[in-house]
Amino acid sequence: MSRRGALRLPPGPGSPGSQARFSIPAAAFRAAALIQRWYRRYVARLEMRRHCTWRIFQSIEYAGQQDQVKLHDFFSYLVEHFTPSSNHERDFLNRVFTEERFPQDAEMEKFSDYKSIEVPDNYTGPRLSFPLLPDHAAALVEAFRRKQQLHARYVLNLLHETRKHLEQLPNITRVSTCYSEEVTVCGDLHGQLDDLIFIFYKNGLPSPERAYVFNGDFVDRGKDSVEILMVLFAFMLVYPKEFHLNRGNHEDHMVNLRYGFTKEVMHKYKTHGKKILKTLQDVFCWLPLATLVDEKVLILHGGVSDMTDLELLAKLDRHKIVSTLRRKTRKENGKQATKEKATPPSGAGRPTPWFLPQTRSLPASPLRLGASGAPRAGRSSSIPCSCPADAKEPARRARRSVDLELDRCRRQAGLPVSPAQGEPLLCTPEADSEAEEPPEPTQEEWKQVVDILWSDPMTQDGCKANTIRGGGCYFGPNVTEQLLQKYNLQFLIRSHECKPEGYEFCHSRKVLTIFSASNYYEVGSNRGAYVKLGPALTPYIVQYQANEATHTLTMRQRISRVEEAALRSLREKLFAHSSDLLGEFKKHDADKTGFITLSDWAEAVESVLRLGLPWRMLRPQLVRSSTDNTLEYRSWLEDLAKEQLSHENIQSSLLETLYQNRSNLETIFRIIDSDHSGFISLDEFRQTWKLFSSHMNVDITDDCICDLARSIDFNKDGHIDINEFLEAFRLVEQSCPEGEASDCRQATSTTDGGCSKPGTH
Amino acid sequence: MCGPPKQRDQHCAERDLICRPNLPLGSSVLSPGSVFKAPVGWSLGLPGYSQALLEIGTIIRSLGCCPSEGELHDLIAEVEEEEPTGYIRFEKFLPVMTEVLLERRYRPIPEDTLLRAFEVLDPSKRGFLTKEELIKYMTEEGEPFSQEEMEEMLSAAIDPESNSIHYKDYIAMMVVDDS
Repeated sequence: MSRRGALRLPPGPGSPGSQARFSIPAAAFRAAALIQRWYRRYVARLEMRRHCTWRIFQSIEYAGQQDQVKLHDFFSYLVEHFTPSSNHERDFLNRVFTEERFPQDAEMEKFSDYKSIEVPDNYTGPRLSFPLLPDHAAALVEAFRRKQQLHARYVLNLLHETRKHLEQLPNITRVSTCYSEEVTVCGDLHGQLDDLIFIFYKNGLPSPERAYVFNGDFVDRGKDSVEILMVLFAFMLVYPKEFHLNRGNHEDHMVNLRYGFTKEVMHKYKTHGKKILKTLQDVFCWLPLATLVDEKVLILHGGVSDMTDLELLAKLDRHKIVSTLRRKTRKENGKQATKEKATPPSGAGRPTPWFLPQTRSLPASPLRLGASGAPRAGRSSSIPCSCPADAKEPARRARRSVDLELDRCRRQAGLPVSPAQGEPLLCTPEADSEAEEPPEPTQEEWKQVVDILWSDPMTQDGCKANTIRGGGCYFGPNVTEQLLQKYNLQFLIRSHECKPEGYEFCHSRKVLTIFSASNYYEVGSNRGAYVKLGPALTPYIVQYQANEATHTLTMRQRISRVEEAALRSLREKLFAHSSDLLGEFKKHDADKTGFITLSDWAEAVESVLRLGLPWRMLRPQLVRSSTDNTLEYRSWLEDLAKEQLSHENIQSSLLETLYQNRSNLETIFRIIDSDHSGFISLDEFRQTWKLFSSHMNVDITDDCICDLARSIDFNKDGHIDINEFLEAFRLVEQSCPEGEASDCRQATSTTDGGCSKPGTH
Repeated sequence: MCGPPKQRDQHCAERDLICRPNLPLGSSVLSPGSVFKAPVGWSLGLPGYSQALLEIGTIIRSLGCCPSEGELHDLIAEVEEEEPTGYIRFEKFLPVMTEVLLERRYRPIPEDTLLRAFEVLDPSKRGFLTKEELIKYMTEEGEPFSQEEMEEMLSAAIDPESNSIHYKDYIAMMVVDDS
């Protein structure tokens, strides 16, 4: 049916076309309308692609955060099921579980001791002297802009001063617009120095008249997290009354292990990186939790929950909350309070992830040890799960590590050491060892902090656990309203979520999300923004995109580019789940024809990947071959594999599993690599992998692991560089280096067991 | 409203979206009964996902339809609430949209039709339109472009050296891109 003749005149008295134009031929009018109609459809389809691309990135990002859940499950599993078969393994396990003691204050001094660090004469980078002056801070920005690196001595010096300053600050900073006329609030920066420099360029450097609030997530993902911290801390010291920082969920050493900040520090500061990291651990805990402008606008990183209690947040000892991922304890004076009490959770028989609220409504817990539901299985046990009351095993195992620690302390004190044993000592009741105020946060306090650092707003009313991120909650408009009324506030400013325009209002403009890292997912993916508040507290938003290249691209090109990156990531993920996908496809192919409908494909993919993506919209980009709406799924999976796999020598399913879990594995490796050397031994790798794979029910022979380990050890020095390991899973065509071709070929024979003796390294 | 399975499979994949109300549109969880608070649009997000909003025009056009602005307004009027709140309910949208698709209403414009439209605007058959001419037609005739739409079209269409749009090449480029 031809449409040309059926075009109507546009409605509306205002529109120019509604007046009859006798001087322009009607044909031209209709032609124009047709072109416009066509063009608008084209734009709509582009917009849909952009939307889908966005969804891909976002869901992959959040799914990565879910990995934390898996990691925790893994640790719980180990605690419950793994019986170390040798001292060797037990030690190894202890290393995984017994995180290094937190440095006591005296030790802390040692760590941030910068005075002993010499700065070589040929150092041409910026130098700092304290007290800092505004010029120093500005010069620092300029130096970083010119890609210089600050010497470790100055880094530590700055961190030392920063900590001294932060310690005096309250949990909730109060800002008033009568002193500085305007306040600029910036959101996540995530190591993207270009964006910070741009903000200062466009909005002006901080000054007594120009107050700034940076709302968390300064680090991780981007490549200049260190520099961002240096700049922010420097300005904070220079303008303590006007420059404010809030803690984000990424100001957390546990998160940093996974998301790149730890890696960056160790890479940039090979000698002193560890010191820097330890000091930062402490500094992060001292960051304030929220900022209040004129008692009316509340600024915090994530969001709120229906239980958010600002008074409690203001009172608690924020320094106790070392990591929102782990309700760990910080012990003062080297005393350990060992808590054997493993109070059962409400009815749950198996461990629940520690960060999910045990119950929605927590009883008001008095500040007493062991009052909460989570077990205190040991002094520095990193097993945050709740154990069933009758399962002594987990607590016992973990206590083993406590015993080692007790022994060490005894030795230090010159007391006789307890005889080496397999059975742990029974620990003294708490009453004896706790003469002082309990040093760790209560469940309630911890949850309050997690909520404000991790929550996201949603459109529906209510408040429910944020399962996507694995921490905090989703809060609805009624929760916002309730909070605003309770504390007589006007609106909330938060960050934590990337937005295409750099900002987004929701909850009837009562919640403003501000996100300052432009091009976060990929060049061209989103704008960054910051918001200015004057005395009237009307938000004024400025957007930007810190990459000139994107300005010259057309919308189409920008979208295509980002889309390509997103689809690449998505294909990686699909490949990583090949076996599960095959299983799911087979379910839809009862007659074993080898074909399924495209609709079935979409269902199957979603049920395996659980990314909540519009698969039917994406299908044309992911499934090339399809005739009459059916798909031969095996060959599709093979094509996927060909794209991703370069090692045919490694068992495909093993590689797939490793690939799927590489993020978790990286984190585990970094935990094992406790001295942050960047290396773990082949043996440790094998052990780790063995443990992990038994948990994942992957059938792996020792030989395969051996081969895999050796094939990953590219320079054959018996150690695996963590980066080597990760490189193995990038999409590179790995040609065996010359002269090692024979080694590679050895690795191909996984079936004939030609593996060198395990443990040799 | 939905045919039997065999018939369904014969339709294009997009139509599959509509005919399976239990399956989310675009695999998002839109359950009947939900009210989506979006300004004349539709949130395709799961709770907790960024509420990336899509205009209803975008959605309709992505489903394979090519309505004019006027036709779009009429369609929206059909699915809006009695007292327009700016919100669109899934239950209302679904039957209306299904019918549109089954009737093959608002079919996309074939390439040669588009070419002829450009030729109408270029009576002397030069093979191109100048930038000024394009702007004039697009912003003054038909259903005029907004400034933003005009700028965006110009950025891709105009050959900077000649400051004109060679519409035959332009169409060829856009059609390839669109497929």
